[in-house]
Amino acid sequence: MIISIASGKGGTGKTTVATNLSCCIPEPTTLLDCDVEEPNSHLFLTPNFTGRENVIAPIPEVDDAKCTYCKRCMDICRFGAIAVVAKKVLTFPELCHSCGGCMAICPEDAIREKDRVLGIIETGFVHPKTDNGKKIQFAHGLMDIGQVMAPPIIRQVRTHADPKGVTIIDAPPGTSCPVIAAMKGADFVLLVTEPTPFGLHDLTLAVETVKILDIPHGLVINRAGMGNDDVKAYARKEKIPVLMEIPFDRKIAAAYSKGELIISCLPEYKEKFLRLYDDIKTLVAQRRQVR
Amino acid sequence: MKIAVTSKGKTLDAEVDPRFGRAAHILIVDTDTLEFEVMDNTENKDAFKGAGIQAAASICDKGVGVLLTGFCGPNAYKTLEAAGIKVANDAAGTILNAIDHYKAGKFEFATAANVDGHW
Repeated sequence: MIISIASGKGGTGKTTVATNLSCCIPEPTTLLDCDVEEPNSHLFLTPNFTGRENVIAPIPEVDDAKCTYCKRCMDICRFGAIAVVAKKVLTFPELCHSCGGCMAICPEDAIREKDRVLGIIETGFVHPKTDNGKKIQFAHGLMDIGQVMAPPIIRQVRTHADPKGVTIIDAPPGTSCPVIAAMKGADFVLLVTEPTPFGLHDLTLAVETVKILDIPHGLVINRAGMGNDDVKAYARKEKIPVLMEIPFDRKIAAAYSKGELIISCLPEYKEKFLRLYDDIKTLVAQRRQVR
Repeated sequence: MKIAVTSKGKTLDAEVDPRFGRAAHILIVDTDTLEFEVMDNTENKDAFKGAGIQAAASICDKGVGVLLTGFCGPNAYKTLEAAGIKVANDAAGTILNAIDHYKAGKFEFATAANVDGHW
């Protein structure tokens, strides 16, 4: 089972929920931090890293001797990453989505692939301090500075999912391509929000995204007690279950600031996260029955 | 001599559009006869990325030697340079003003982009 944790707005508590939940699931668990522009789950779980791999995406390299400047490569590229002007071919690697279209369509076989490194994946495992027996598999992606193409890195992080156990994905904020890459194919999307106008605004966008992807979803309201009740009213109207509320509590904030889990400073939350997991399992099972 | 001028409208009285890749229109003007062609830039204007590159390639196809505009980013400049198109990026006023200014030799041509990418 794959549970993707998303939010719309950044800073609502995706990582807090992902890391705490991972430690409370009784089944074998893998945590994939897919916020490859700014991964931070490792700060709370301090994994032992045992593996490291490059994320490589090809970019075109043009052989000027073979090129006849027919412009078919330029015409097929949706991203303007290759331009033919005055008997010169220019490539713009930062715009290239590595689709291979230019190479496939070139009638002169003048384009070949050149590797470019987008970032790295680090893999390892966690022995949570709060539970002596449990071992969490861990992987995260780190995009290189200057790169902009997060989805290939996210897809490669996701190859480390455990098909037999439970995989928790800590998704990036927003609703654009990287978020889709972190939600697609998940069995459940847990949306973490805060009860503020900003939280609600971006939550609405995230809900629209999840609906298009047709994935069952539920809400966690973090910092509950601040702001207003509009998020709850929205959830009622849209029939989205509120599965958990984490109060706006100084103890939780203090623990967070030291890189500690909620379940470390307030052990009673272990039970709450376990209940959250059980509720998710029930909702996923219900959806499977409908299908 | 054919030159390209980024324009907010479709006539020579229109104002210069300071943006290049995302200009509303690009006028291709013959500086001797003042005959001109309006290039629709709608598709580029709303492009997610690479607008400047596409616009540069399009004006290159029109056989222009000079571009008068306001701002030109690094990818657009690189493409224009490869195409051998000279860029003046401090054009303002109406299209006609800009052309007069050009004919009087008052523009200095750029040697680099004058704004960052995705400006």
